[in-house]
Amino acid sequence: MKIAVCVKEVPDATAHKRIDAATKRLDRSGEGALNAFDANAVEEALRLKDATGEGEVVVVSMGPERALNSLRKALAMGADRAVLISDEGAAGSDLVATSRTLAKALEREQPDLVLFGQQSSDSDGAVLWAAVAERLRRPVISQVAELTLEEGSLTGKRQTEFGYDVIRAPLPAVVAVADSINEPRYPSLKGIMGAKSKPQETVSLADLGVDPGDAGEAGSRTEVLALSEPPPRGETRKIEDDGSAAEQIVAFLAEKRLLS
Amino acid sequence: MSILIFLEHHANELQKGSLAVLSKAASLGAGEVAGVVVGSGVEGLASQAAAFGAATVYVADDPKLEAPLPQPRVDAIAQLVADKGFETVLFAQSILAADIASGLAARLDAGLNWQLTDLSAVGGELVGKQSALGDSVLVDVGWRSTPRLGLFRSGAFDPVEQPAAGTVERFEPQLQEHSLAAEMVEQAHAEESGPSIEDADVIVAGGRGLGEPEKFALVEDLAKALGGAVAATRAVVDAGWYPYSAQVGQTGKSVAPTLYVACGISGAIQHKVGMQGSKTIVAINKDPNAPIFEFADLGVVGDLHQIVPRLTELVRARKA
Repeated sequence: MKIAVCVKEVPDATAHKRIDAATKRLDRSGEGALNAFDANAVEEALRLKDATGEGEVVVVSMGPERALNSLRKALAMGADRAVLISDEGAAGSDLVATSRTLAKALEREQPDLVLFGQQSSDSDGAVLWAAVAERLRRPVISQVAELTLEEGSLTGKRQTEFGYDVIRAPLPAVVAVADSINEPRYPSLKGIMGAKSKPQETVSLADLGVDPGDAGEAGSRTEVLALSEPPPRGETRKIEDDGSAAEQIVAFLAEKRLLS
Repeated sequence: MSILIFLEHHANELQKGSLAVLSKAASLGAGEVAGVVVGSGVEGLASQAAAFGAATVYVADDPKLEAPLPQPRVDAIAQLVADKGFETVLFAQSILAADIASGLAARLDAGLNWQLTDLSAVGGELVGKQSALGDSVLVDVGWRSTPRLGLFRSGAFDPVEQPAAGTVERFEPQLQEHSLAAEMVEQAHAEESGPSIEDADVIVAGGRGLGEPEKFALVEDLAKALGGAVAATRAVVDAGWYPYSAQVGQTGKSVAPTLYVACGISGAIQHKVGMQGSKTIVAINKDPNAPIFEFADLGVVGDLHQIVPRLTELVRARKA
């Protein structure tokens, strides 16, 4: 069983996220980290591999060269190999361009299962898997909170707005897991030491046979036109309870005319 | 400039969010607006939808389309776009809609913008407003080619009934092999208990910070005093503390009450997307760094076990 886990480097949770006014892209100059939601996908891949007792877990990502640092966290957790699509020409890719490039890398790997995390913490996007599945012409199940492998197929239990669905799909398939599916393991010291020597491959658009006109901004179909400040949400007030918090809440509600 | 709106339905009911997007599209006055309903036994829903601003509602009615799976819907909408030449396809955010929109983006090489809170027609072009980076920035987004695809955040608009109802037209989508590969074994039917939180004017919600399931009584008492409904986070629903029908968030209900009181809720993105449309948010949490304090109108750092019972008492006294 070969499992590919698609992951992304995002700005570190402690970093102040901003969009660069000149490039109109997210400023990625600060500290980066593995998207926390992706750790659930890596964890699930490792569990499936452990359960079947054989196979390979390869993490696949797209980003600047230094995103390898974040991929190493997945290797430290136990993934076998990392592939990073890194190319100046891929910068600024939207969903259309990203899904095309990522699908090319996945076609090269020919995994039985492609896993995604629930969303990326930087773009608030929660869509990439469906576009990738369409490019690969494979079934897709999203928001999976319980994943069971069978002979040649898998079953995912997932939560929607209406309750729990159970969906079965033949392999190869694409699955996006919810962050409630597992608790990602912490990399052990041995894992961290071992990660450095695991295979880490950097590939270019040319390596994947992606036409430069189909990647990056050239291959994108959406654009950012302008940035502005959001309308103020009124004043946000924060108080420490000094014993009179309940009274202060009542006063606040009365002031807002929310108490009759 | 013709616009198609995906009309989602569940348990034989059209979803308010997609009707709202339909009404919004009609209000742009930027060309013909149509809707599409996909499912089994849904022709009646199509005629209902026709009253919300669609000149035509296309309906694909087939037992094979009964399960709300995204991929056959990509086939259906792609076919409509090809046959009728729609230049824009819009969706109200949902788990199903996001998967369809994204699949469609790949199928048609069409640009998809998400987290849209508004849309306007500017000189023959459409410009969307996107709320980004945890609502810290508003981005004007555009499309470089047609068809344009857009996913609207829930609660962005309200449905408006129109005097003239449109017509219903059936079509037969050709379904692709990979689109039929996934199979719904068991479909979600949430049991409703009590009044729906989606229509409540006041909501009091509880999260992990309550400490134990019994403490939901604090939340219930306050809700009762305020004349509101009770909601819960995914974490506590997963833990079995409260029923799923009360869950607010990405995989629960989206609510936009006048007042939302969050008790022991950190405000993780999964929860935030379901309640950020609330008019006034009051949060009580002992962790001063909880993300909810970034968007609560009044944030109280303190022990909810002390504050909430006292608050309930004061509200009761005031109303008595």
